[in-house]
Amino acid sequence: MNTSMNPSSRPQSTNHNPETCLSLQNVSISYGNGKNVAVNNVFMEIPKGKVTAFIGPSGCGKSTVLRALNRMNDLIEGCGLKGRVLFDGQDLYDKRVDPVEVRRRIGMVFQKPNPFPKSIYENIAFGARINGYQGDMDELVESSLRKAALWDEAKDKLKESGFSLSGGQQQRLCIARTIAVEPEVILMDEPCSALDPISTLKIEETMHELKKTFTIVIVTHNMQQATRVSDLTGFFNVTDLVDYEGKVGCLEEFGETERIFNSPAQQATQDYVSGRFG
Amino acid sequence: MYWRNGLCVVSAYVILESPMTTSPLASSGHRPADVAKSTLHRQPNLPRNRWNAVFTVLAGVFAAIVVLPLLLVLAYVVIKGGSSMSLKLLTDLPPAPGMTGGGIGNAILGTLIVSLIAALIAIPIGVGGGIYLAEYSKSGPFASFVRFGTNVLAGVPSIICGVFVYGLIVATRIFFDQSYSAMAGGIALAVLMLPTIIKTTDEGLKLVPQELRWGAIGVGASKFVTITRITLPTAMKPIATGIVLSIARAAGETAPLIFTALFSPFWPEGLFNPIASMSVLIYNFAIMPYDVQIALAWATSFVLVMMILIMNIFARYLGSLNRI
Ligand SMILES: Nc1ncnc2c1ncn2[C@@H]1O[C@H](COP(=O)(O)OP(=O)(O)OP(=O)(O)O)[C@@H](O)[C@H]1O
Ligand SMILES: [Mg+2]
Repeated sequence: MNTSMNPSSRPQSTNHNPETCLSLQNVSISYGNGKNVAVNNVFMEIPKGKVTAFIGPSGCGKSTVLRALNRMNDLIEGCGLKGRVLFDGQDLYDKRVDPVEVRRRIGMVFQKPNPFPKSIYENIAFGARINGYQGDMDELVESSLRKAALWDEAKDKLKESGFSLSGGQQQRLCIARTIAVEPEVILMDEPCSALDPISTLKIEETMHELKKTFTIVIVTHNMQQATRVSDLTGFFNVTDLVDYEGKVGCLEEFGETERIFNSPAQQATQDYVSGRFG
Repeated sequence: MYWRNGLCVVSAYVILESPMTTSPLASSGHRPADVAKSTLHRQPNLPRNRWNAVFTVLAGVFAAIVVLPLLLVLAYVVIKGGSSMSLKLLTDLPPAPGMTGGGIGNAILGTLIVSLIAALIAIPIGVGGGIYLAEYSKSGPFASFVRFGTNVLAGVPSIICGVFVYGLIVATRIFFDQSYSAMAGGIALAVLMLPTIIKTTDEGLKLVPQELRWGAIGVGASKFVTITRITLPTAMKPIATGIVLSIARAAGETAPLIFTALFSPFWPEGLFNPIASMSVLIYNFAIMPYDVQIALAWATSFVLVMMILIMNIFARYLGSLNRI
């Protein structure tokens, strides 16, 4: 992929399934220096080149788990992680790992569109440039915008501010910006929650296009969206722990989207996907 | 308490209602039902509308009192100092006592030099400190101590800054065995500017939405790149405005300069020699028994006030700039 990156510098761990992209092993994440446990004991194998969806009720820790996958939680004071997150067999939370390098390889699109206060062109060029991109920048900007289904709308105003776009267009600009860095994985936290159905469909088409080259993990509250875009689905839920007051999130069930929505093993999953929840 | 309130309301009521006897509405109370139903038109005689009018006028009067000193100072300085404006005045040296003619060229240049030294010292330190507070410090005791110290420093009288730099630099002759110097004056003004710059940087950076930082970090930017390429440029407006205002404030200071830069009737001779400045020139000349010098002091006041006014207008212009 990106020629400027240097894959040979990662040590490989043993007994690692080459089909697995991200592997969560007994991951528990807490806020407030361990006072508030957000999610507990998550085991998950996220395969390469597939779209994996996280669904579940509000506050069950989907965003928390997603942010743990590229060490975004490092930015939140007092947030701690127990267990292991392996990326290509390598522990992301190893002391020697550089979180900046992690985020270059595992990009993220946020729930709220957050373009930089720069031109549309610069929004995309910024990430590529700081990652040492040497090629033709115009070409990269065009191809990224095309992949994010924004090229037709933005090609005549590349020099204008990113804020001059509508909310849906801004979100696609943020996706284009993430693509331009050429990560291996793209994490999306409810990327369509502020969008109209047409923009949503465009982004979903984009995702189908993107999964040929990227591994995608998406958090969504929209069941139809999960069934439309994802190959695998993880259902998160909140439970009461025996020795802990308050609700704690956990991964209730994880498997093929097909199976989760049609014949889930757990009653809670059945209730949630059929809309009979809570 | 209750009866006093009641009395108050009643007396206010009496005052308001009494002139209304001529009004046909007055007889049926302060809000006649038939009128309320029949018309939506504004009734200027209603108590609430009268109170509104009273307070609008009152607020306007106070606002006028607020800007009055500014207008008076400006008018007075323009009348007393503006009349003697000429190119010669801006470029010549002041005359010796008893002589006529001359100008304030050295003082203008001196103020510019000392302010520039102060800005060159205070901007990097102040912006750096603000960046530390907003971006690096994890709301620990050190950060709150620095914030507290900044607030205290902002309240320290400027003469204390002068005495401090006098004791630190002038009395110890630390720079090439020189005592009073432009450099010492610049340092004293820098101490005065620091708190403003630190605070505006800190607050300007805190206004930058967190999502923007996440966006940059999410595409693999390091903390340094995020700050220098995204966060700082986004907060440029308030920071630049704060810097310009702090320079404008420091440029007019007298007390710290008397103790540090002193004065010189000649053109600046270097950074480590005493230097003239407009504020100290005013201080020196205004109390001299010569009309020429007193006229020069007025002319200097005019130039100084105009300079500060222009810087404030420039700061407003910076604040109104729209970043892409
Ligand atoms: N920055 C934070 N600081 C402290 N606690 C947090 C923080 N972010 C999340 N939490 C807590 O962690 C738990 C899980 O939050 P999270 O945002 O991961 O939920 P979510 O599944 O993404 O919910 P939603 O669907 O509403 O986005 C919640 O109980 C929340 O209070
Ligand atoms: Mg969330």
